[in-house]
Amino acid sequence: MRAINVLIYFLICFATWLLLTHNLGWQNLVAGSVISLLTTLVFSRYFNFDVTKMINPVRWFWMIIYIIYFIWQCVKANFDVAYRVLHPAMPIKPGIVRVNLTLQGSLARTILANSITMTPGTIAVDIIDDILYVHWIYVRYLDHDRYAYRISGKFERILKKIFE
Amino acid sequence: MNELISNILIGIGLAFSFFGCLGLIRLPDIYNRLQSATKCVTLGACCILLSLVIRYGFNDIGIKALIAIPILFFTSTSGAHALLKGSHISGFKMWEKSVTDHYSDDTLGKEEETTEKT
Repeated sequence: MRAINVLIYFLICFATWLLLTHNLGWQNLVAGSVISLLTTLVFSRYFNFDVTKMINPVRWFWMIIYIIYFIWQCVKANFDVAYRVLHPAMPIKPGIVRVNLTLQGSLARTILANSITMTPGTIAVDIIDDILYVHWIYVRYLDHDRYAYRISGKFERILKKIFE
Repeated sequence: MNELISNILIGIGLAFSFFGCLGLIRLPDIYNRLQSATKCVTLGACCILLSLVIRYGFNDIGIKALIAIPILFFTSTSGAHALLKGSHISGFKMWEKSVTDHYSDDTLGKEEETTEKT
């Protein structure tokens, strides 16, 4: 499993290099492979994620659903911020709340926290053990189950289908 | 047609960046300011990059702009997390009308426990 991870990591680096330089000359290919190899040697130890899971096409289907849902939330977040900023009375009621995580795996948690940062009114502050701290610009309720569903419920459900 | 769509996207991107900067001035403390700074400015920059893709198509310029979008997403969100955590550790106060702060409830309590033990 470790060898597959390193290989996939190298291929991702090399593909990114080719797309960025947009040039298929042999010098460029050699330079790209050397740099991708160096990057892989240094950073592939942080890429500990079971790649063989991703062969299943159902996971790719949920990933597309996730990206569409994420873009929709992101656009909504921007209109939300614009409304709060342009409103003369500034309707904000900020606070930091804790959300219990049921999701396992560092990659899935990173993506969840990054998504929460881009969704309306919330921004991820820190993860300690199984608790995610979220800064919320308008704290509607202080009951954990209700706000946890509102902040991370749908994201967690889709991410579980992708990564577990 | 492509020119028109990309001009509209540039307009939208500039508008969102403007709202982000306005939020940076109007909102009260660093935590709320980061909300507007990460969300609006990231989507604004992404709209401008997307307009480049539409204007030039999938050649070297367009693909570079397309790759920059996910990189921008990941770096700005992780940067916001680092800034928030750093400012919380170095003791920036939240706005006085804030409702709750579970984070400092938990982390400060733990620090006191460890100092008591030592």
